[in-house]
Amino acid sequence: MSVRKWARIRSPWLIHFNTGGCNGCDIEFVAAITPRFDVERFGIKLQGSPRHADVLGVTGPITMQITKRLVRIYRQMPEPKFVVAIGTCATSGGPFKDCYSVHGGVDTVIPVDVYIPGCPPKPEAIIYGIAKLLNKLSGSGSGGEDNGGHTQKT
Amino acid sequence: MSYGSTIKVPFGPQHPALKEPEYFLFEVDGDIVVKVTPRIGYVHRGVEKAFEQETYLHNLYLAERICGICSHAHTTCYTQTVEGLIPLEVPPRAVYIRLIMAELERLHSHSLWVGIAAHEAGFDTLFMYLWRDREMIMDLMEEISGNRVTHAINTIGGVRRDITSEQANKIKKFMDKFEANVKEYMKVLETEQTFLKRTKGVGILKPRDAISLCAVGPTLRASGIKSDVRADDPYLAYGEIPFNVITHDGCDVYARTIVRCEEMIESANIIRYALDHLPEGKIKVPPPRTIAPNESVGRVEAPRGELIHYARSNGTAKPERYKVRAPTLGNLASVCQTLIGAHVADIPMILAGIDPCFSCMDRVVIINKDA
Repeated sequence: MSVRKWARIRSPWLIHFNTGGCNGCDIEFVAAITPRFDVERFGIKLQGSPRHADVLGVTGPITMQITKRLVRIYRQMPEPKFVVAIGTCATSGGPFKDCYSVHGGVDTVIPVDVYIPGCPPKPEAIIYGIAKLLNKLSGSGSGGEDNGGHTQKT
Repeated sequence: MSYGSTIKVPFGPQHPALKEPEYFLFEVDGDIVVKVTPRIGYVHRGVEKAFEQETYLHNLYLAERICGICSHAHTTCYTQTVEGLIPLEVPPRAVYIRLIMAELERLHSHSLWVGIAAHEAGFDTLFMYLWRDREMIMDLMEEISGNRVTHAINTIGGVRRDITSEQANKIKKFMDKFEANVKEYMKVLETEQTFLKRTKGVGILKPRDAISLCAVGPTLRASGIKSDVRADDPYLAYGEIPFNVITHDGCDVYARTIVRCEEMIESANIIRYALDHLPEGKIKVPPPRTIAPNESVGRVEAPRGELIHYARSNGTAKPERYKVRAPTLGNLASVCQTLIGAHVADIPMILAGIDPCFSCMDRVVIINKDA
């Protein structure tokens, strides 16, 4: 295993972006970094800037207003980059799928690596999804725009 | 001191201080904010239109997904509105169970907020302590309803699940522990200089401004105005339960923190009283499928303030019009006013001070100027 790959798996930095979600997934996501669940033990750190992040965690259905911003944030992230769709809304659009101002799931706009369904998924499920992503990283997945939209369901 | 020219500072929609996408444009003169322009609508999903396309029972679950923090407040308001349309009398035991869940939700929402406030002030230890306690409340709510966040305990005509006596004892035992913890945290908040320096005198909202800008909830009560839907227009069983409306004269972010802490203690008292006086009987009455033409308004004191739902039925199984007015919309005008004259470094603190929930707020309003 190369040093770069080892570093990537041992300390993935996460950025969280809400694309029109109801806060349910967001708060469960924050709960995952608090003492009971504590994802920091996997070296995962929540990051403020997309330019420093490896993994983009998206919550919520993609609203028309937010689409451009999501793509911009995704483009700002350095390669290789990975996307985790957190919650049913981010996975498929959920109950808002047919709303007039909603595109649907995250994969209608940017490629997704891991889907975590649930409304909202429990912090345990989010940690499990991220652990799946780390497994994928230690394998052969290249991630980012070059991965040809290759996806893995948890 | 003025520098004569201003600089525009964009804030959001992706910003570490906010968990939700919302955009603010700040004009700053040196370090002082002189103008704030909010740009809302990033979370607009078209919920009100979606309401018109589903049946009343389906909409219950949609109402729950308007907001993931005060989900129970939204379903309480929804059931109250729809039961007003029918009209339908809810069994007293169901009313008490709804109330207990509502107060548990207030506890979790306020402890979440005080944690976030501590985090914004750079006091992460307290953030972790409060979120540890919050997990225990989430466990209780999961045990009662089966879910952590979207409880789905309310249904039209009652509640889906009963509270057993073992659960009641467990909740009461936890309330004693939680109250002691909150008192401990309050002692820390009142004496810790790192927190006081960031919050005392920051984000002043004068009582007159609070009223004229339609502030609601803890933001309004922290400006010394006694206003609470639970006391002013009692719904559920709040008319039968003795409790105090907490106010504070500080008008700043510190006052908003203390009001929320004291409300947590008050909520713990309400829960204990409600569990002791839990009426016997059934928990649900069957609702009709279709509803005759009627209009109804529901008002609920959500953790963030007054929440209003409006519904109009037309004789079918689907509402003709549904409207949601969330507390953050009321508080947004006041926070824009309080931000003027603030330092740039205080912006996240003041913005977080109203406990914004933009997913509740982003609705479409069309104003016909010619009418």
